[in-house]
Parts: sequence; structure tokens; C-alpha cells
Amino acid sequence: MKPFAYVRAGSVEEATDAFAAHPGARYLGGGTNLVDLMKLGVEAPAALVDVTRLPLDAVEELPDGSLQVGATVRNSDLAAHPVVRDRYPALSQALLAGASGQLRNAATTGGNLLQRTRCPYFQDRSKPCNKREPGSGCGALEGVHRDHAVLGHSDQCIATNPSDMAVALAALDARVELTGPDGSRSVPAADFHRLPGMHPERDTEILPGELITGVLLPAATAGLPSAYRKARDRASYAFALASVAVVLDVGDGVVERAGIAFGALAHRPWRARRAEDALIGAAPTTAAFEHALDLELAAAEPLRDNAFKVPLARRIALDVLSRLAPPATT
Amino acid sequence: MTATETVLGAPAERREGREKVTGTARYAAEYDSADRAHAWPVPATVARGRVIAVDAAAALALPGVLAVLTHENAPRLGDPDDPVLAVLQNPRVPHRGWFVALVVAETLEAARAGAGAVRVTYETEGADVTLTASHPEAYVPDSANGGFPAVTEKGDPDGAFASSAARLDVGYTVPPLHNHPMEPHAGTARWEGDRLTVYSSSQGTSAVRAELARLFGLPEDRITVRSEHVGGGFGSKGTPRPEVVLAAMAARETGRPVTLALPRRYLPAVVGHRAPTLHRLRLGADADGRLTSLTHEVTTYTSRVKEFVEQAAVPARVMYAAPTMRTLHRVAALDVPTPSWMRAPGECPGMYALESAMDELAVEVGVDPVELRIRNEPETEPESGKPFSSRSLVECLRDGARRFGWERRDPRPRSGEEGPLLIGTGVASATYPVLVGPGVASARALPGGDFLVRVNATDIGTGARTVLAQIAADALGAPLDAVRVEIADSDIGFGSVAGGSSGTASWGSAVHEACARLSGMLAGRSEPLPEEGLVAEADTSGKADAESPYARHAFGAHFAEVAVDTVSGEVRVTRLLGVFAAGRILNARTARSQFIGGMTMGLGMALTEDSTMDPAFGDFTQSDLASYHVPAHADVVAPEAYWVEEADDHLNPMGSKGIGEIGIVGTAAAVGNAVHHATGIRFRELPLTPDRVLTGLLEHGHPAGMLGV
Repeated sequence: MKPFAYVRAGSVEEATDAFAAHPGARYLGGGTNLVDLMKLGVEAPAALVDVTRLPLDAVEELPDGSLQVGATVRNSDLAAHPVVRDRYPALSQALLAGASGQLRNAATTGGNLLQRTRCPYFQDRSKPCNKREPGSGCGALEGVHRDHAVLGHSDQCIATNPSDMAVALAALDARVELTGPDGSRSVPAADFHRLPGMHPERDTEILPGELITGVLLPAATAGLPSAYRKARDRASYAFALASVAVVLDVGDGVVERAGIAFGALAHRPWRARRAEDALIGAAPTTAAFEHALDLELAAAEPLRDNAFKVPLARRIALDVLSRLAPPATT
Repeated sequence: MTATETVLGAPAERREGREKVTGTARYAAEYDSADRAHAWPVPATVARGRVIAVDAAAALALPGVLAVLTHENAPRLGDPDDPVLAVLQNPRVPHRGWFVALVVAETLEAARAGAGAVRVTYETEGADVTLTASHPEAYVPDSANGGFPAVTEKGDPDGAFASSAARLDVGYTVPPLHNHPMEPHAGTARWEGDRLTVYSSSQGTSAVRAELARLFGLPEDRITVRSEHVGGGFGSKGTPRPEVVLAAMAARETGRPVTLALPRRYLPAVVGHRAPTLHRLRLGADADGRLTSLTHEVTTYTSRVKEFVEQAAVPARVMYAAPTMRTLHRVAALDVPTPSWMRAPGECPGMYALESAMDELAVEVGVDPVELRIRNEPETEPESGKPFSSRSLVECLRDGARRFGWERRDPRPRSGEEGPLLIGTGVASATYPVLVGPGVASARALPGGDFLVRVNATDIGTGARTVLAQIAADALGAPLDAVRVEIADSDIGFGSVAGGSSGTASWGSAVHEACARLSGMLAGRSEPLPEEGLVAEADTSGKADAESPYARHAFGAHFAEVAVDTVSGEVRVTRLLGVFAAGRILNARTARSQFIGGMTMGLGMALTEDSTMDPAFGDFTQSDLASYHVPAHADVVAPEAYWVEEADDHLNPMGSKGIGEIGIVGTAAAVGNAVHHATGIRFRELPLTPDRVLTGLLEHGHPAGMLGV
């Protein structure tokens, strides 16, 4: 095997220092994806900086009502957290819709955000993939691509982001908190992942050496309606064919806040801004929902074998919106 | 009650259960020793061509790498029965994933790194990996898998079809399916001089020994093959596979014991799979649904390495009383991995198609699908005219219908609606032949009152060793815990494979005979036993496997209820109930496990298991258990299995038929028929994943209200 260094960091500073000291390093969270990719030879880090012992394993409510989620909080713990279940049900549901119980027990919040696509061409070093090896081509474009993107893809890459959690975070206006050589910053979860464009090798906006320290969820009241729905090939332990996270706040008979994000349609969680804009101020009727979703999904460019994703996404989103809207209004 | 009455048929617990759940049961890759080396294969990365150069220098330079075997330096092997075992013998690449080199190293990690460092240069040739019903190279073979004639014809099926009151002419598609046992294929080999000992994840040690003898030019008595514990096989370990040959080769070349455990992702290309089948069914019937004509034509593929023809039209020769019939197989040799046995080869895909067509016919003629099958019950086996030794299909259908509550069913398609869900139910028949092989066994009475039974059986997770102890205890009139059983060792003598649902009948016949003989020896004896005990032996060659004048088959009936989500196209099986008639059931606990295991695998075939042959690269896209979707627990809601006991004197001393495969036969049809009942739409291509089902719902223009929109 390719030898690599292993460093267990005790603090954020130790972690970023160790990363800087080892060119070609990767941060190691639960390892549920990174270790698999190392076995496949897709990832070959020179060093693993283990960040699972960092003091980032708490979920804390801040004075302004926002919720601070540490980067090393395990997916199963976050899903079960009473405040998450109470105020951010879409997040809890998304986490529980992902992977399996065993994987959720190991996977971390930060690691979940950094998991790589499950595109089979990306995972197979004997085939071309611009994400794995820029310039080598895309095996999926004309290959087997039922599971691939219908929005925002490029001729370089049609992969999708596999995370369920990230979809909910995007819809909930969460922010991803980062610390790196140049200090700390945060970026909106919806903008954290990138579209492939000419550089599919870059999944996210994270800068070299930056470490995810946590996720900040904006203040939410108990009862703010949100939900996640995932369509998949089997009832558990399958990546989404399409998924949607929705936050819908209706007051005085009109939509006051709408957060809609799709999963499995694009290289990143797809925040449906056009649909949201169309809904704000509108009465939450089926017709308004349909109109909004059609506006959003008009941008879809399905591939040869995945046209079903567009109506699938539309229908599950319509279902969730209809369920979240006050009964009298639809 | 006497011991005899309680032992056979009792729900005895698996004897090795504790070892397995505590992790002490040793599998083939777990026979460690201080000098053991590990091997890792190098799969071809082209779909067709030749290896023109292998550069092993970088691999050999890595620490821990002991050897790199290629077609240029690997030992020359004798001719195997199965050409897939001729590994590293020539530069030809018949399909992507074929092994072109093997790296042997001190550790697993070093072997893997070495494999990654081997540079192989190919001369590539154009590859054809796409099966179509009209493939120009498809031909009618001499015979199909199992030695069945490829074509049978009775009367004038075309003429009868043309003049039938009801006519159905439909096609069905079953994709490639993969066995994917939990334990990947593995072997540990050790040479001591010219003696070879192999621990193999195999369904039958005698078959492995015979092939190794041919390949390495050794007499069989210098080879020992053991398979004490095997983590499933589903047919893919029914014949020796390349890993055992490569392990033996590597051990000989390095002078070290060598383990080769195949990585999961390599399995689809080299351990066999169920070939895709394209079915055309033509059913003619009178207005009451009585068949006048039955034609089942199957097109499938094989590899360029050997001919393997999934015998999917064979069950039609057994099932229904059609006065005219044609069954036919076509096969095209493509540049694909070699298909092989997978649970209920032939019956499983064939009965999906036939039982789906029977459901379509029932709708066409307006006859209840249970009743339609009963109306077409034959008096003798349709193809051969032989009498059935026993046939309880009608009893299974009636008992299943009663247990399922079938009489409450509204026959109208799309008549069950619960919010966005469409609820439907479906039925299908099952059949599987009685197969039996010869073998030897011994039974020894020990002075302390215990018995030792030795038989070269393999327990691949079925509970075989437990059932064999029950058979022995029954024949000896001894308590179950007085019987010790030793299995899965080629030194015991010939044992047939754990396949074709034949194991218990085959090994059990030999055990029964040895034990009955020993019982007779003990009956008249008053003096104490000698220290080494008293032994009786049996060899059932020519008896257990003698041709029967009877048509011998197990039958069954599946009932399924599904909920189809009209929002997403997701289908979930909410109820699955099977009733089987398989002679005498010898262990109620392990039999139930076999039945519901088969039904679960059939559920996966119906809904979740999909494999795509990548036309550009020539391999299966879904190569791990994250992407090849076997059912998860959440997909399998309380399956129920029952049986109708049959008293059949034409089988074997136990009166049993095999139970390992019939559970998967017909399940997918029952589920598919339920989806039709739920939606009114006939989906004829498996699996019924949301992409297909939603597309169908949209194309059939379901009213918006029904779709929850």
C-alpha cells in the first residue's frame, strides 16, 4: 500500500498546522467515504489528519436562537437531537434517510459535507473521469447515467452530490463554518458546493487547508414547517434518485418564507431560488406550487436516460409543499 | 413420543450457529499461518483484445511483493472441464475483468499495491456486449444448461394459437443478476511436496478437487479440499472459480501458503452471474382460459469463453396442460463475463415470464388468476407424459389463497387506492425439479453411545449439517445430540454439490443408508463395542441418482401485496406469502429460512436488483453492494412461508424434495402481477424501479387526483 502519515489532532490549530505540514494531506472524519476511496485508489493522501477528537462534538443553542453544530457531531446524534427534531425536522429526516444505521453512527457533519460523488466512473480508476483525473474525459456522459445530473451539469462532468444532509442544510439557510491558514469564515450551505463547469475536480468552495469546524443553523421556532422527502430504489441504504428539502412559512395566507432544495439532481444541492421567489407573497395553492416548480425545473437538461428525474423531483416537491402548507389554503 | 417421531421435521437449531455469531467459524480466507502470503489479481481493463506486454518491474520493486504471475510466466495448467479456470494461460482477453496477472505479497496491502503497479499493455479489438432479441449472432444451441434439449415442440402451436379464442403475445426482459454472497470467493492453498491442501469457499469440495487434479496434473488422492463454513453461494460457488486455481498456482510458485480473497468489485466479472433473458410468450386459450397453445422462446447471451445457456424455457415443459407447445432457447456469444448458475437457474427467470403471461391471460379472459392456473392443471407432465410422483400445486394455490384472504380481492385493476398509494395483489406459481446426486457416507457407533457420521456435504448457510444429523438420528433411533456430523472435506469421499436443491436428498440418502445399516448391525449385538467403534458405510452411486419413471418436482404458490406510490413511482411489497409443497419437510426452522430467503431474493429481482452492462466499457456498472441493490431489511416486511406436507414414496428414504431454490421461483411474477393489479399497467421489464414505474404512470395518464397532485 502507499504509506501515509497519520496525525491525530487535539485542537483545530493542531489540525490545520498538521495539514499544512503534510502536503497532500486529507482530514479524516468518520472515514465512511474517504477510506473506501483510498481502498479503490481514488484517494491516495500523503497524510491523514484525524479530526474526530477535536472538541467540535457539541450541538449548542446560541443566545440569538441559532444552533451551532460541531463538525464532528455524528450523523445519528444530530438526527436524534431534540432541538433538531423539534425545529429543523427536514434536517433530522434527511440525516435518517441517508446511508445505514452503522454508517450514520460513524459519519460526521463535516465529513458528510465533503463526501464525494458516487458516480461509478469516478470510483473506477480504469475509466475516464474529469473529476478524478482532469482532462481524461467523462465516461458517464454517453455511458450509464440514470443516476446523474439534470441541472447545472457541464460537458466535463454530470456527477451528482450524494448527500441528503447537505440538501436540508441548503434549504434551511445554514452556513458552513471554516477555519484555515487565513483565519475563519463562513459560507452559505447552498453555495458551499460548486457546479462542475470546467473544474469538476473541485467539489466545494473550501480552500486548501481549510477545515470545516461546524454548521450554523439560523434561529427557528418550534413548528416552523420543514420536511425532507427522498425517492430511491430501495427503502433503505440507497442514494436518492431525487430528493427535496422544503421550509415553508405561511402567514396571513401568503408564503412568507420558502426554502426549497433538491438533491440528486445536480453537482450540488440545488437551491430552487426561482421557485422560492415565485412563491414569496403568493397564496400557498397547488397552482402556485406547480407554477413555481415549473419555473425552476424549466432549466433542467436531462441526459439520454434520466429524464424521469425531472417529473420525479417536481412531484415529490409538490407533495412536500402541499403537506407543509396550512390545510385550508391548498 | 419416540425419538424418531420428534427428530425428523423438528425445528432443530443450526449446529454451527454459535460459532458463526461469535466469529469463531473459520472461512476459507481465515486459515492463517506464520508464512502465509496474500494474492491480489489484476483485471483486464479492455472489453476484448490481447495482452501484448506486462511490465511487472514497478510491482516487484515494492516492499513485500513476492511474485507477479502473468500468462508469460505462470505454470502451464492441464485442461479444465470449465474453460473459465484456464487462468493466465494465454494473452487473450475475452471480457473486461478477466484476470491478466496475479500479485503475491507478504501482506494483503502489499499485494493490492503491487496489483496497482502492474502495467499491462493491450491490443484492443472491437467488443460487442449488447444483447438484443434479434442479435444476428444468436443461434439455437444443442442443449441448454442442465443438458435439457434447447427446443421442444408438441403438436402445432402456431396453428392452435392462430385459431384460439384468446391470444396473448408478449415479451419480458430480465436483466443480468448477481449472486453476491456475503462471503466473497476465497481460497487458501498450501503445498507440502506434491500434496495440495486447499480451503475453498465452495459449494462442493469434490468438484473442486477434480478440477485441481486436472489442472495441476495430480491424482485426486494428493489433493484435499475443505469448505467447513461457506458464507453463501447461490450457485456462484457451485463450480470451482478462478480464485482457487490462482491460490494454488501462487502457492506452488512461491512455496508459501497463499490466500486469495476476491474483492467485492471483481466478483461480477469472474464468478458467474445470471445471464439476462429476453422472453417471448405466446399463449392461446379458449374462452374459459384453458390453454390451447403455449410458446416460450428465450434469447440470452453467453461469453466467448464457453457456452452457458440459461434454461429459462424449461419450466414451461412442466407447468400447464397445453395440448400444443413450443419451447426454444437462443444464445449469442458476446464479449461479456461468463454467466453461470444462480439460484434456480432456468426456473427463476422462466417462471417470471410464464407466470406474468398467465396473469395477463387471466385478465384477458376474465378468469381469476388462481382459478386459471387450476383449470390448466395437467394430469401428467406435459412434455414427457410421465406421471408426477406428487404434485400439489393446486393445494398450494388454494391454501395460499385462503391464508392470504384472496377471496376478498376486487379483481378490477386499479381498484385499491389509499391516498397517493395504489394497492394491488398478485399470485404466481412456483416449480423446481427434484435433483439428486450419488455419494458416500459412513456412520460409526462409538462405545460411549455417541455416533459419528461423515459425509462430504457442504453447508453454505442452509443448515445442511443440522438436517443431516436429524436424518442420521432418525435412522439410528438415537437422540439428536448423540450424533456428531463431519462434512465438507474431500478426504471423506465423493460428495455432490450443494446446488440444484439436491444436497439434502443426495447426502441424506447416503447418510440414511449408512445409518440404517449400522442400526441393523447394532440390533443383534449384545457384546460391548470395540474401542474404535463399529462402522457402516454406504455408496449410493447408481441408486440415489437412478432415473425415475416419475416426473418429480416441487411446486408452490406466491401471493404478494404491493403499494405503488403514485407520487414517486416507488413500489413496496407490503405482504409476501408463499406456500410450498416439497415432500416431507425435514427441519421446520431451516426450511422456513430457505423459503423466505428465496422469496426475499425474488423480491429483490422484482423491485431493486438491477445490473447494467456498460456498452462502452463492457462491464457491469453496479459492482458493489451500495449500487447493486439487494433488498434491505426495510424492504422486506414479514414474509410468510408455509408448506403442504406431501407423502411421496418415489423420492428418497426421507421423502423430501429440495427447498433451496423454489422460494425464488415465481416471486417476481407475483410482485409484478400485483403491480399490474394496483396500477392497471403491465410492466414487462425488471426491476420495477421508480424510474420505470413513474414513467409508466405518467405515460398512462393517471388522472391528476389519483396521483396526489
